[in-house]
Amino acid sequence: MNVVVCVKQIPDPAAPQSLEPSTNTLDRSGKLILDDSDAYGVEMALQLVDKAGSGEVTLVSMAPNGEVAGLRTALAMGAAKAILVSDDALKGTDALGTAKVLAAAIKRTEFDLVLAATESSDGYTGTVPVQIAELLGLPSITFAKSVTIDGSTVKVDRQTEAGYDEVTAPLPAVVTVTAGVVEPRYPSFKGIMAAKSKPVDQVTAADLGFSAGDVGAAGSGQTIFAVADAEARSAGEIVVDEGDGAQRIVSFLEGLKVI
Amino acid sequence: MAINKILVLVELTESGPTATSLELLTAARSLATTVEAISWGPSVAAAAGTVGEYGATTLHDAGDLGSALPGAPVAGAIAGVASGFDAVFIPTSYDGRDIAGRLSAKLNVPVLTNITGLGEDGGLTTEHPVFGGAKIVKAKFTGAGLQIFVIRAKSFAAEPAGGAAAAVSALAVPEAGATGTATIVSRHVEERTGPKLDEAAVVVSGGRGLGSADNYTWINDLAKLLNGAAGASRAIVDAGWVPYSHQVGQTGKTVKPTVYLACGISGATQHLVGMKGSKNIIAINKDQEAPIFTVADLGIVGDVNKVIPALIEALKGR
Ligand SMILES: Cc1cc2nc3c(=O)[nH]c(=O)nc-3n(C[C@H](O)[C@H](O)[C@H](O)COP(=O)(O)OP(=O)(O)OC[C@H]3O[C@@H](n4cnc5c(N)ncnc54)[C@H](O)[C@@H]3O)c2cc1C
Ligand SMILES: Nc1ncnc2c1ncn2[C@@H]1O[C@H](COP(=O)(O)O)[C@@H](O)[C@H]1O
Repeated sequence: MNVVVCVKQIPDPAAPQSLEPSTNTLDRSGKLILDDSDAYGVEMALQLVDKAGSGEVTLVSMAPNGEVAGLRTALAMGAAKAILVSDDALKGTDALGTAKVLAAAIKRTEFDLVLAATESSDGYTGTVPVQIAELLGLPSITFAKSVTIDGSTVKVDRQTEAGYDEVTAPLPAVVTVTAGVVEPRYPSFKGIMAAKSKPVDQVTAADLGFSAGDVGAAGSGQTIFAVADAEARSAGEIVVDEGDGAQRIVSFLEGLKVI
Repeated sequence: MAINKILVLVELTESGPTATSLELLTAARSLATTVEAISWGPSVAAAAGTVGEYGATTLHDAGDLGSALPGAPVAGAIAGVASGFDAVFIPTSYDGRDIAGRLSAKLNVPVLTNITGLGEDGGLTTEHPVFGGAKIVKAKFTGAGLQIFVIRAKSFAAEPAGGAAAAVSALAVPEAGATGTATIVSRHVEERTGPKLDEAAVVVSGGRGLGSADNYTWINDLAKLLNGAAGASRAIVDAGWVPYSHQVGQTGKTVKPTVYLACGISGATQHLVGMKGSKNIIAINKDQEAPIFTVADLGIVGDVNKVIPALIEALKGR
């Protein structure tokens, strides 16, 4: 059982975020870390391979500046190796372009299953994994809250508006996981040390057969042309509870004629 | 370029088109000369009246897909008629996102997602909230081909236009090969009582600050007393305290009730985008610095363990 996990490396969401003035896209020039959302995919993959008793977990990531910090975190969790696509030519690539690049990178390795997160924390288009599935000619099941493998079939409990559906697909397939599918492990000290020497195969867009114009800003068929401040809510009344908090809420609701 | 023809993806439930589908039809109607709709399922024709009332002249019926997961087959069906449209509007929903992703890769055209506003400037322009809705970025497509717009719930008000029933037209679903092999084996419906989360006039939501799953009964009690619906932050959904159907926020429901009461919720950007449009926001949080207070009309800096039981007593006494 070989599992590929798409892992995005993103600016630390806890740090202040800004837009890059030239493109109005998120400034990703600083240090990047493993997207929390993808830690679930990595953990799920490790558990599936473990249960199968053989195979390995390969990470695939597209990131600027040869960034490997997030990959090292996932390698420290237990993934065997990584493919990193990093190239200045990829700056400004949109969701479809990202999917093309990742699909080409995934093809460089053997896999039975591709895992990704339902959506990334910084881009949250939620379309990249399905685009990858279409480009690879594979079935996909999104919004998994549980994933099991039964022979050559993947079984998923997929979140729905009303509850969940049990959905199956033959392998190979693409599955996107929600947070809560499994509890990601913390890398152990041993894992962190071992990660330092695990192979990271760094490739460029050209290595994957793309030419200038296919990907990057030029290949992206969309542009952000303006940024505006949202209409601010007028400042509310913030009060410290002195035992009268509940009564204040009651009065507020009365004022609105809700009660 | 004026917008000539828009196709709207209409999702059906047992009681007809979803609210978001009707919102998208309404928006499309104000932007294009001709609006048509596409849907699938065992009884699409039954929706022709409603779909027509909201402005679509034709309803393309991809038919009963049986147990197939809709993403690949519906994208294939849309691809077949794509050349006849300038744009397709798709709701931000489970199947909607699958269909949009598949369609984008199939036609080799980009897709814009998380749209909360639309405008016109030569072609269509879009609005997307970023940084928890503090800023709005405006975008547009630059290339040729079908433009795929994935639009969030409650971005527009649904209004009927009194049109005649849409003409139902059978739409061929091409063989999807391996991509179409995902199969729904069984469906599980989680029962909910009271008003629906995305329709209720009052929403009471709880977060990790409640301290334990047991304390979520407070939220249910408050919701009942206020004739509202009970919601949750993702933190406690992930922790398994409540089912996913309760989640408010970017990956959950968008709510715009008259009153939103947030209890023990920090107000992370992904939560704010799902509830910031509420008319009145009340927050209870023990941390004066919690971001939820930046959007609160009434903020109580206090302990939920004290404030909520007192509030329940006060409301019960009325
Ligand atoms: C891609 C992505 C999508 C996401 N989508 C969503 C989404 O749809 N919806 C969503 O909600 N989140 C979403 N999140 C998660 C979000 O970032 C936050 O982690 C989450 O909203 C935090 O939930 P919380 O406020 O309950 O918990 P916390 O952030 O832990 O906050 C708990 C709050 O309770 C307060 N508190 C603690 N004890 C008490 C007490 N006794 N009395 C009063 N107050 C107390 C604390 O001061 C704190 O502010 C998403 C994240 C990502 C990365
Ligand atoms: N640049 C990237 N590198 C690796 N994986 C990615 C990248 N972009 C998106 N993904 C994967 O696709 C998921 C959904 O991303 P998005 O479509 O941006 O919401 C992410 O959580 C990742 O698993």
